[in-house]
Amino acid sequence: MTESQNPLRASIQEAITDNPVILFMKGTPDQPMCGFSARTVGILQAVGRPFAAVDVLPDPRIRQELSALSNWPTIPQLFVDGELVGGCDIVTEMYQSGELQQALGAEDAPVDEPAPAPGAPEAPPLSIENRL
Amino acid sequence: MAEPATTDPATPEELKARIESGIPGARASVSGDGHHFDAVVVAPAFSGLSRIAQHRLVYDVFGDELGGRIHALSIQTRDPQKEAR
Repeated sequence: MTESQNPLRASIQEAITDNPVILFMKGTPDQPMCGFSARTVGILQAVGRPFAAVDVLPDPRIRQELSALSNWPTIPQLFVDGELVGGCDIVTEMYQSGELQQALGAEDAPVDEPAPAPGAPEAPPLSIENRL
Repeated sequence: MAEPATTDPATPEELKARIESGIPGARASVSGDGHHFDAVVVAPAFSGLSRIAQHRLVYDVFGDELGGRIHALSIQTRDPQKEAR
């Protein structure tokens, strides 16, 4: 366990850098394993912009390294353009105020209901859960 | 895994008291069932901070207990100056 040689943390950082919108969550967008992750996925799908998703459950070290990297204790965690936006509470607030749509470049999305919009999003979420 | 200071079930009253003593000038209302909690926190310390930074102040009150003894904590933070408008 050396701090300097930490390939997992480096992989997480790379995923955050490489994906303009990336959600670290419990489970997958199709099968979320936690209500907070499910709600966050629903909001992102309602906004309708593509996003990458990483399941933290397969290996507890993913969550440990992610939280060490982001200085944020809970899951889910949404990153936009390499910056932590927040967890479920902040994403929900930002969706309701329209700030999330703005941050994701989708200002026209509905702002009333934090629920998936009818119909398919513009692009399917990119799953990179096996990448780490 | 760090052991929590106590294994007693957490209560909304405990969380409220700890938030209010941990963040200067904070006023909190907390509800919850012993595992999942909802906290609304108003504090002058939030003024000028991003939401991320505001939530971190609240998380920092509980440290490693989050995800363990306090299974889930939903947070809403408010800046009292904005509240007053």
